[in-house]
Amino acid sequence: MAILDVKDIRKRFGSTEVLKGISFSLERGQVLSLIGSSGSGKTTLLRCLNFLETPDTGSVAVNGEVIFDAAEHAALKEAEIRRRRLHFGLVFQSFNLFPQYTALENVTLAGRLLMKEEPDYRTRKKELTAQLEERARALLVRMGLADRMENYPHQLSGGQQQRVAIARAMALQPDILCFDEPTSALDPELTHEVLRVLRSLAEEHTTMIIVTHEMAFARDVSSRVIFMDDGQVVEDGPPEQVLGAPVQERTRRFLESYRQ
Amino acid sequence: MNLMLQQFPVVFQALNVGFLQTLKLFLVTGLGAIPLGLVIAFGSMSRFKPLSALTRLVIWVVRGTPLMIQLLIIYYFPGIELHNNWWGGGESGRFLASSIAFIFNYACYFSEIYRGGIQSIPKGQQEAGLVLGMTRGQIFYKVTLLQVIKRIVPPMSNEIITLVKDTALARIIALQEIIWAGQSFMRGSHGISGAIWPLFFTAVYYLLFNGVVTLALGQLEKRLDYFR
Ligand SMILES: Nc1ncnc2c1ncn2[C@@H]1O[C@H](COP(=O)(O)OP(=O)(O)OP(=O)(O)O)[C@@H](O)[C@H]1O
Ligand SMILES: [Mg+2]
Repeated sequence: MAILDVKDIRKRFGSTEVLKGISFSLERGQVLSLIGSSGSGKTTLLRCLNFLETPDTGSVAVNGEVIFDAAEHAALKEAEIRRRRLHFGLVFQSFNLFPQYTALENVTLAGRLLMKEEPDYRTRKKELTAQLEERARALLVRMGLADRMENYPHQLSGGQQQRVAIARAMALQPDILCFDEPTSALDPELTHEVLRVLRSLAEEHTTMIIVTHEMAFARDVSSRVIFMDDGQVVEDGPPEQVLGAPVQERTRRFLESYRQ
Repeated sequence: MNLMLQQFPVVFQALNVGFLQTLKLFLVTGLGAIPLGLVIAFGSMSRFKPLSALTRLVIWVVRGTPLMIQLLIIYYFPGIELHNNWWGGGESGRFLASSIAFIFNYACYFSEIYRGGIQSIPKGQQEAGLVLGMTRGQIFYKVTLLQVIKRIVPPMSNEIITLVKDTALARIIALQEIIWAGQSFMRGSHGISGAIWPLFFTAVYYLLFNGVVTLALGQLEKRLDYFR
């Protein structure tokens, strides 16, 4: 069964339709790169999956459970929406770390708050907190930040901040991790350290959707590439096909613009 | 000079009493206006249009007219126009009326500072909290609030220092604060009359008081220096 099933997502802002019926599915462990020119709707699609925007039509299912259905969404309680959105994690282009918390606190904050909703929170508080911290530390070590855990965001480079943000998104163990141009706010040297982290996550079969303009990276890390244009999926297939031998004229023209 | 030295103990005593009233008005205004300002700020940012429009109108009127006039209206209007001076005649009535005028006036100023501070926090902070499954309340208290406080401390410090000096306006309804106390020695009080130096001397109190307030707020600003 597919881990993710997206059906006919449409989204309009005012009179412009930004997503014009997006459908695709994803298998567990697949890495999907989303490419497309500016304004094609890539960010909007990720925001819809993460419930930061509400699609006008369509549905999203994770592991067969429908977590979004445009027809019934308005009736959902906030608590239920919060529970469902945790199937996804999102890493932003601009990191959006919480400046008043250390790297470690950024990673543990949401978990600490969720913990309070556990029925046995009072009696197991110490134990749960310790587990949470341990997991967060392990994640930061994996991100290559073992000696940066107690630093505040402003004391970290952009690349380090983005790696903290990745650890923060992974801390709640989402089924699917989304990235919106995770390196485009970074200098080339720093881009490379973040891409290395993404590569290692891919090797461990983390299910990911990555919006990117790094074509070389998309080609050798992803298992799938979707090219979007004007709010539609134009081409969807393995990287060798979409990036190497595109079938669609529009894909070809888009890739041309990268060769220059 | 000799005369001043003789008068000093009596004047000092009286000025201290006046200053106590000044200090009380300052504290009551701060304690009332700081939270009320937040309520007004939320009103002015409400998505319910009639509420935000009304709140902004009130803020505009309160900030657009002198606090002195607001004091006079609040204190005299009930007695003269409604024939029911609910403040009562005494010092406690004057203090109550002053407190209400000051709290409301300053809450309006504070609310604009709060609104600016809240709106200056990038939207990405809230979105980051949302995708991590936080509630709106958790995002406000755990993520946004401290960042807002950090940003509003400098403009709030300016307002609070102005408040120290503005308390003198309560003299207009004869609240017995420090200016009133200093002036009393011109007319005659405690066996001293025609002395103007006590009035001038009140400036020393304001200076010292503002010095303390400035130091305290500077300390707070430093405490929040650990993040950007
Ligand atoms: N909140 C919004 N209100 C109105 N229009 C919006 C909003 N968000 C996005 N849009 C419009 O939707 C279109 C798609 O935007 P989106 O950000 O999804 O594109 P993108 O593919 O991520 O582009 P880029 O590569 O530049 O990041 C754009 O034309 C944009 O102006
Ligand atoms: Mg985008």
